[in-house]
Amino acid sequence: MFTPELIFKIVLIVSIFAVTLVIAMYSTYGERKIAAFMQDRLGPNRAGIFGILQPLADGVKMFMKEELIPDISNKVLFILGPCLAMTTALMTSAIIPWGSTINIGGTDFSLQITDLNIGVLYVFAVTSIGVYGIMIGGWASNNKYSLLGALRASSQMISYEIAMGLAIIALIMSTGTLSLKEISAAQAGFHWNIFVQPLGFLIFIICSFAETNRAPFDLPECETELIGGYHTEYSSMKLGFYLFAEYINMFIASAVISTLYFGGYNFPFMNDMGLSSNAIAILGVVFLFAKIFFFIFFFMWIRWTIPRFRYDQLMRLGWTVLIPLAIFNILLTGAIIFATNN
Amino acid sequence: MTQFLFYFLSFVAVAAGLMVITAKNPVHSVLYLIIAFFAIAGHYILLNAQFLAIVHIIVYAGAIMVLFLSVIMLLNLNKDNEPAKSNVLKLAAAVAAGLLLVTFTGTLKGTESIIASQPYDDQIGYVKALGKVLFNDFLLPFEVSALLLLSAIIGAVVLVKHDLK
Repeated sequence: MFTPELIFKIVLIVSIFAVTLVIAMYSTYGERKIAAFMQDRLGPNRAGIFGILQPLADGVKMFMKEELIPDISNKVLFILGPCLAMTTALMTSAIIPWGSTINIGGTDFSLQITDLNIGVLYVFAVTSIGVYGIMIGGWASNNKYSLLGALRASSQMISYEIAMGLAIIALIMSTGTLSLKEISAAQAGFHWNIFVQPLGFLIFIICSFAETNRAPFDLPECETELIGGYHTEYSSMKLGFYLFAEYINMFIASAVISTLYFGGYNFPFMNDMGLSSNAIAILGVVFLFAKIFFFIFFFMWIRWTIPRFRYDQLMRLGWTVLIPLAIFNILLTGAIIFATNN
Repeated sequence: MTQFLFYFLSFVAVAAGLMVITAKNPVHSVLYLIIAFFAIAGHYILLNAQFLAIVHIIVYAGAIMVLFLSVIMLLNLNKDNEPAKSNVLKLAAAVAAGLLLVTFTGTLKGTESIIASQPYDDQIGYVKALGKVLFNDFLLPFEVSALLLLSAIIGAVVLVKHDLK
């Protein structure tokens, strides 16, 4: 029953789950520290050394707060909303190759929970159902502001999904596979997809900002217009789930960007240094997380430097700039493939 | 295991389907329909048709139902402002649904001969096999439908640009 393979997978699943939660937790701390740094403040520094225990204090605060469920809202859906947001945020981590293979006692274990031959599409599908948590929560709150936030979120996500999908099509054309494992393996050393698909990467990262509802695309929760947006009526840990899901989404989006365009677990000269394959695998995991942390920092960097769009500007950018650009990118990729094959 | 999953998914699909038509609140109907779509996607995976399953989720659960949900949320339908339907309309709906049932039964009756002539190939659902079929045997219909979708996207872009002037 318990083969080594199965035990390894269980350990991998549990550790990825734990790592995701810890990173999301410390992203909240990082966000506040980076914001403080950019605004020439100190940021949280009371709980523990450098405020390192701040996320724990926040968590305790969230759990201790009074839990309010509005009287006229739909209770089941009101509770389902944050649960769905959290579940869909965590689902993508199942297919990301966190490293190549590691050799324990003569057997190879892949550092990826499962490899689907439609991996890229799975990422895309999970992104597209991610909006339900926000929509259901916003509708079930029975509040005009929440509903407006939910509608903004859904229309924004559908619009940017098109450009994102078209950017992925160009990437698939140049890699020739849908499996994230093969995409990672094909970028061995320094053959990263960013050099093949710079335009596609630009479109993809802009769409990632929109899909994770991060500034400058955080219109669904724009305080000046909608109070809290879709989570106006939420309190206590349910609000915490929504906020937490956003940070998990940011982590996963960074992981997907690193895997698709920045070589995943590959790093330059990985096969020229005469290291054993296990050392390369472990260094690869370290490099992948370094890339992920850079992109999480990038998400925060943008949030605290660029002001929020107006809603019509957001829609215009999505439909009249990104989609034509993505179609042009597909044509360009096709032309280059055609020219190099002849 | 597979058989158990089959019965479980079928039960979920049928139960969710029944709830779609019996739920009082339109938003609940839409949510049950989404559950039914997921159950059907599970059936596709049982048949090893991963590509079909994931595209089914992207297109139906991820795009069309999101659109349905936002429209229904905006309309705010409930019992008070539900338009009364005439008896003729109800009769027409019953006849149409009955005819659909006859069609389905007829189709399902013919499946035995199809299964006999076309044995199940567990590779058919993979992207590679599907791509070969689409680009070799059905190239023209495939390209025509692709063009149709592309023109729909371009049409949407033109509409957005027109609004701004």
